[in-house]
Amino acid sequence: MSESSATARSQILNGIRRSLRRGEISGDQRQAVEARLARPPLGPTVARAQLAQPEKVALFCQWAETNNATVARVAVPDVAAEVVSFLARNNLPARAAMAPSPQLADYDWDSQKMLSLRRGRGEAADQVSITGAFAGIAETGTLVMASGPEHPVTLNLLPDTHIVVVREADIVSGYEDVWTLLRERYGKDRMPRTVNTLTGPSRTGDIEQAMELGAHGPRRMHIVVVRT
Amino acid sequence: MESTARDFNDNVDHALADPNLQDSLAKLKVGFSERRRQAAERLPEFEALRDRARDIKNHALANLDFYLEEFERKVLALGGHVHWAPTAADARRIIGELCQSMGARTVAKSKSMVAEEIALNEHLEAIGIAPIETDLGEYIIQLRHEPPSHIIAPAVHLTKDQVADTFLEHHAKLGFTKRLTERNDLVAEARYVLRQKFLDADVGLTGANFLVAETGSSMLITNEGNADLSNTLPRMHIVLASIEKVIPTLEDAAVLLRVLARSATGQESSAYTTLNTGPKRPEDLDGPEHYHVVILDNGRSAVLGTEMQDILRCIRCGACMNHCPVYGAIGGHAYGWVYPGPLGAVLTPQLIGVEEAGNLPNASTFCGRCESVCPVRIPLPKLMRHWREREFERHLTPVAVRQGLALWSFVARRPRLYRGLTGLANRVLALFGRAEGRYRAMPLAGGWTRFRDLPAPQAGGTFHAQWKKKRS
Repeated sequence: MSESSATARSQILNGIRRSLRRGEISGDQRQAVEARLARPPLGPTVARAQLAQPEKVALFCQWAETNNATVARVAVPDVAAEVVSFLARNNLPARAAMAPSPQLADYDWDSQKMLSLRRGRGEAADQVSITGAFAGIAETGTLVMASGPEHPVTLNLLPDTHIVVVREADIVSGYEDVWTLLRERYGKDRMPRTVNTLTGPSRTGDIEQAMELGAHGPRRMHIVVVRT
Repeated sequence: MESTARDFNDNVDHALADPNLQDSLAKLKVGFSERRRQAAERLPEFEALRDRARDIKNHALANLDFYLEEFERKVLALGGHVHWAPTAADARRIIGELCQSMGARTVAKSKSMVAEEIALNEHLEAIGIAPIETDLGEYIIQLRHEPPSHIIAPAVHLTKDQVADTFLEHHAKLGFTKRLTERNDLVAEARYVLRQKFLDADVGLTGANFLVAETGSSMLITNEGNADLSNTLPRMHIVLASIEKVIPTLEDAAVLLRVLARSATGQESSAYTTLNTGPKRPEDLDGPEHYHVVILDNGRSAVLGTEMQDILRCIRCGACMNHCPVYGAIGGHAYGWVYPGPLGAVLTPQLIGVEEAGNLPNASTFCGRCESVCPVRIPLPKLMRHWREREFERHLTPVAVRQGLALWSFVARRPRLYRGLTGLANRVLALFGRAEGRYRAMPLAGGWTRFRDLPAPQAGGTFHAQWKKKRS
């Protein structure tokens, strides 16, 4: 840190302390905030998502559809066929950029001779992407994407159509459950570069407060929920 | 952004006489505010979440220095950088230098009110860098060289036809020579034009809805996905955030997310909520190589510990302006600076001075709707009253108003005189217009009667007289 930025830093922090009429926090107060950080207290529980797993999955699907996504529920052997069928139903090319994810290797893509897949990050010319999901949130029908070599962020954003394959077992009640899973997977202090939570396709209300789909991200989101 | 808050009264006259603005404002009453009511009713825990949201922000403010240092520690640990900017000029300089270090020609910007506050676009243009607004509303007003009129819907003052004219004027040279009439066509055209600009930009600049101390993450909430393209495609991502944006943990973020979208647009959740933490990891296939957070004070630390501290809880949802009868009549531009509505009436005098913006806290009917919908329960009318008191104490109130108040207080403290005068006024007023129940014109009240009728006193005498009769 340069001298001027060190000065700016202490100017702001000391200004805060002066206004709060105290020095750097210490003793009991410091212990209390450190404890709060180490064991974050939960807010009020949202009752509607506190359900058994099958009902949780149903609630997820219901909210995802309310948020303008389409949903198909299939068994593992039928995932690839559902993707191809969705593309055909919507007059989309049978060509997609796919996340290079071991999660997606469980499905029999080779059975679909018509489907051409490129594994890698999203590019400007891609019309369709296929990704997995780190989790689904039943409370609002939201998908959670954790970035990494197996899930490039550009696949969530650049194509017009985003197909997401999510396993029933990965659908949880609320955000709090996602935070717990992230800490288990990445460590408490090591978030992936980007965690995107996606609730339906891109939209805007900026012209006369009327919602229009497909502002900058995908115009269309199709969620394939896989029975587990 | 240059302030015109001093000219508030003139701004109001212009706003009331603008038919396009009045058309757009009429939609607010049935748009955001009705959707907010429905969203709040759908969630039984909404009121409890608001209490909790207030407590979280109060806790964060009471330990603000600790959480900012913790946030910084986490960002540094993951290879990011943190810059501290006591003033707007410091923030402008830091961001300008970062852009220059990348040899940047263009910056993809995701809507940030703090960037408006520090007049960042003007600074970037002055050093030869083109800022490109990518939020649809911000893009529209950038083309029109206008400031935003709402903190979450910057072009809410415009009609679809005005947007169509603006696009035709600016996109014709790109080959879009047809004037569009449908909203979805306008959105599609903007998407096409802006997509290439995202791909070409050297730097992406975003604000932050929250900074999470626990993980060193900046949290961004949008519907369009423009913030995500801005923070993913360019080689450098700069986050500009003010000090009060820091919150302790991800669990706290979950509470705030639940009240934010519902209060803002009445959505259960916005389409995109994104946590960014540090630059791309070596094994990642995309993401920015450089990640910088600029933390701005600009007068906020001085508000801590004062009677105005509650305003620092604000999470910028815009509910107070959506529900404000004054904002609903005059729109956002009349307030003359970045933050309109009740939020602006409290915050603007704090940030640019009561001398410049003293009129804003007077632009309130004190109906209390803003406080009743605020997701973090900021007592906005009380804070506006504090400003009025300060304005009066500092003799900034106009002489006529001071004399009027002095006369009123003389009379109000003498009950017999007060009753005598009000009884007389009641009888005199009754001679004109009681039969119709209202007055179309009234001496000394032209400012009121030009736009609406003044109600006439009811039959049966003054309130005091009626009260006495009822009790006897």
